[in-house]
Amino acid sequence: MTFWILAPIMVAAALGILFVRKAVHAALLLAVVMMGLAVLYAVLEAPFLFAVQIIVYTGAILMLFLFVLMLVGVDASDSVVETIKGQRALATILGLILGLVLVTGLSQVTLGTAVGLEEANTGGNIEQLANILFSRYVFAFEATSALLITAAVGAMVLAHRERLTPKATQASMAAQRMRDYAESGKHLGPLAAPGVYARHNAVDTPALLPDGTPSESSVSRVLAARGVVRSAPALADDIDEVQRQLGHDPATQDVPVEEDPR
Amino acid sequence: MTLDAILPAAEIPVVHPAAAEGVFTWLWLIIALPLAGAVVLLLGGALARGTLKSGMDKVGPWIGTATVAGSFLLSLTLFISLLGRGEEERQIGQHLFTWFEVGGLNVGMDLLYDPLAALFLLLITGVGSLIHLYSIGYMEHDDRRRRFFGYLNIFVAAMLVLVLGANYLVVFLGWEGVGLASYLLIGFWQHKHSAAAAAKKAFVINRVGDIGLSLAVALMFTTFGTTDFAAISEQTGGASQTTLNLLGLLLLLAACGKSAQVPLQSWLLDAMEGPTPVSALIHAATMVTAGVYLVVRSNFIYELTPVAQTAVVIVATVTLLWGAILGCAKDDIKKALAGSTMSQIGYMMLAAGLGVAGYPFAIFHLLTHGFFKANMFLGAGSVMHGMNDDVDMRHYGDLRKYMPVTFLTFAMGYLAIIGFPGFSGFWSKDKIIETALADSWIVGLCALAGAGITGFYMTRLMLMTFFGDDSRWEKGVHPHESPKVMTVPLIVLAALSVLGGVLLLGDFVVEFLAPVTGHAPHHEPPLPAIVITLMVVGVVALGVAAAWFLVGEKEIPREAPTEVSFATRAARADLYGDAINDALVVSPGRSLATGLASFDRFGVDGVIEGGSAGVGAISGALRRVQNGFVRSYALSLLGGALLVVLALLAVNLT
Amino acid sequence: MTQYVVLSAILFTIGCIGVLTRRNAIVVFMCIELMLNACNLALVAFAKQHGNLDGQIAAFFVMVVAAAEVVIGLAIIMTIFRTRRSASVDDASLLKY
Repeated sequence: MTFWILAPIMVAAALGILFVRKAVHAALLLAVVMMGLAVLYAVLEAPFLFAVQIIVYTGAILMLFLFVLMLVGVDASDSVVETIKGQRALATILGLILGLVLVTGLSQVTLGTAVGLEEANTGGNIEQLANILFSRYVFAFEATSALLITAAVGAMVLAHRERLTPKATQASMAAQRMRDYAESGKHLGPLAAPGVYARHNAVDTPALLPDGTPSESSVSRVLAARGVVRSAPALADDIDEVQRQLGHDPATQDVPVEEDPR
Repeated sequence: MTLDAILPAAEIPVVHPAAAEGVFTWLWLIIALPLAGAVVLLLGGALARGTLKSGMDKVGPWIGTATVAGSFLLSLTLFISLLGRGEEERQIGQHLFTWFEVGGLNVGMDLLYDPLAALFLLLITGVGSLIHLYSIGYMEHDDRRRRFFGYLNIFVAAMLVLVLGANYLVVFLGWEGVGLASYLLIGFWQHKHSAAAAAKKAFVINRVGDIGLSLAVALMFTTFGTTDFAAISEQTGGASQTTLNLLGLLLLLAACGKSAQVPLQSWLLDAMEGPTPVSALIHAATMVTAGVYLVVRSNFIYELTPVAQTAVVIVATVTLLWGAILGCAKDDIKKALAGSTMSQIGYMMLAAGLGVAGYPFAIFHLLTHGFFKANMFLGAGSVMHGMNDDVDMRHYGDLRKYMPVTFLTFAMGYLAIIGFPGFSGFWSKDKIIETALADSWIVGLCALAGAGITGFYMTRLMLMTFFGDDSRWEKGVHPHESPKVMTVPLIVLAALSVLGGVLLLGDFVVEFLAPVTGHAPHHEPPLPAIVITLMVVGVVALGVAAAWFLVGEKEIPREAPTEVSFATRAARADLYGDAINDALVVSPGRSLATGLASFDRFGVDGVIEGGSAGVGAISGALRRVQNGFVRSYALSLLGGALLVVLALLAVNLT
Repeated sequence: MTQYVVLSAILFTIGCIGVLTRRNAIVVFMCIELMLNACNLALVAFAKQHGNLDGQIAAFFVMVVAAAEVVIGLAIIMTIFRTRRSASVDDASLLKY
């Protein structure tokens, strides 16, 4: 029963992987397939694998995929046009033939009633698995652990970026900042903590620098790209308006003074 | 079935030489003398410098002549010793050293001295030394005369090896040697393109004949296991008829090449490009007779193959008429004499082909021909010497007044060749025609006709050269008699031409050669001998008369007339011999060579290069599969995996 | 039981086509993971079929190895991305004629 519900979902998700444009969508669809598989393992009396599938496969491996996708570029999407002539057609045809052959071949086979894992799982699935793993397959187990270590080391080696230029020292960074200020007037010292120059809580309101100019870096560039950033004079007018409403004279007062609560 | 069953074995003499002893141990010296002379003259001249060189040039000709003269004296001594022996002891062999031993073939440098070799030795060295003497005068003004004498000595040495050989391979050595010497001497005047071409032509056509000899030697080895005359003459009875036929025909091919018989005759007339002493010695007296020697020497084979003998007779008859017809139309005195040589050798081959009855007469005619033809060639040389080396008889005339000695000696040779009664040629040619008539009517009549034509062209030659008047002479010629060194040999040879018939006295030559050729059963000729003789004389007289009326009485034009009968045109064109050779051999050969060359260039090279180009093209097309895209490769992977799955299913389902 | 294996075959096929069709390297990787998961499903299904835990052990090992593979594969993709600024499999096509 579970099978007939999950199977179409899984097949649909798998087909989706073939057709979606964005890579992140493909990863998510793969997650769907893996989860479905996990449930199927549970149905097939493999509770340990059900857990491992979710934890290791979906939780670790798929996450790794997503990390690398982020590093590589989430926006990257395949163009629909196929560059190699006949690749898509041939691939589909051959794949379909393979599928057809496998499915027809398998459906001809009568497997008979399943023996079931009642007997094999006496004392618990995990215990029995451990039994076999550490007796009959202990050599494979040790080899696999070596493989994992090698993989980890290999990944470190591959991802290592050799420093091609000497690391910039504090002195050189300071000198560079001086040069930038001299050439382009770029702000010299560290930036103030957030909120120091803020005039308003809203994200679309820029902060004013000490000399009265709005700081461009205080507003998200997305909003700037959309063009919904409020200008500072309009803000100043707003503030004057509010102060007037509160009974303060905006011309005489610069800084709103907080009333002594007493 | 061999002829052993029909003829008693004693008919064919077996060669069984006794060991050389006494004076015969000097047999090798006969060859060594001219050989040493050649070495000294050729190498010494190359290595000498300065005064020694000019001294060598002056003395060289005399050295060359002396060696051959020494060989002659030695030959004479040996001949006299041979005469002193009984008939049974006239075969002497001398083993010099083992030439080579390979597989089952052991070939020694063996010499055989028997009556046949003795006569040839005398002819070669005797006539040879006379011609050497003549050449001293003839080549006096030539810068390269020392070399000329060296080549002449090479020739004499090679010819002596040829006739003294006791096995076919030594004969082959001499055979090739005379071919080489002939090439060197025909092309002696290297700067003349025609001479070089003629030398090449002679050598190439001789080569065709040499194939016959090589194949015959090979066949002999496979049949008899040896090439010695002695061994083979014992074993010929045991060979199959086909083998014997083949041997006879192959040896005939060899003889045709060397003796300028049809079909290998076209080189002889061109060979007249060489100096006249060369024409006299090589292309009249000695080298061209080597073919006859070969046939007579191989009598133990020919006696058992009537097929080959018939072939010899046919070839000889055709050639004697061919040469005679050529001689009728040639205006070049040397070429006319060359045509005559071809014809006379045809007579010799005819006699040799007639079997035991004819062998001695073939050799007899060979000897007399050597005398009178050498005589006439040297005479022609003398005439040319006086007429500024002009060979065209149309520019001669009335030379008997200006060169009396030459005229008289030439006349002796002329009378001998036409067969004037009493002269040497009369005796020898008459005997041949008699033997021919005894064998077959047609052959005899052809030989008779040949005699008549001989009378015609020789008389024409004499009339054009020595009679008439001086109106046809070139400007500025001063005909004069030649110096003594040239006329003395002429006189000696003329005497021999006259007296050569003495060899037939008491059937000397027949009896002398019997140990070699066997005894002929006495055949009655179809007509009495005297009738045949009268017929021959009559036919010759007809020929002479025809020449007298057609040439002597008429005005001889200075330029050869172009409006002539077909026969004359054909004869001028060597009876289209060159044209036939060209069409049958040269052009197909050239087309074959061109075809093979293009086949090699386009076919073989084409296949190889085409193959490589094809592979390159295929690889150029196939490499596009490697487009660098991982996905294409993955697609091929999938395709392959699919195939494997399907194959597994197919296997499992069947 | 057959249905599970057939489902596994279908998921495997979809994974295959995905590997061949998608151009983003990471999505290709994800399709490979999908194929591996399909195999896991088949293994576990057969474990139940034969009443034998070996299939589950095999699936377990497949998961471990897949994890190691993902680690290295993603590290490689990241390294390539750093130098070439592109995550498309088609851009790494220098090994060609």
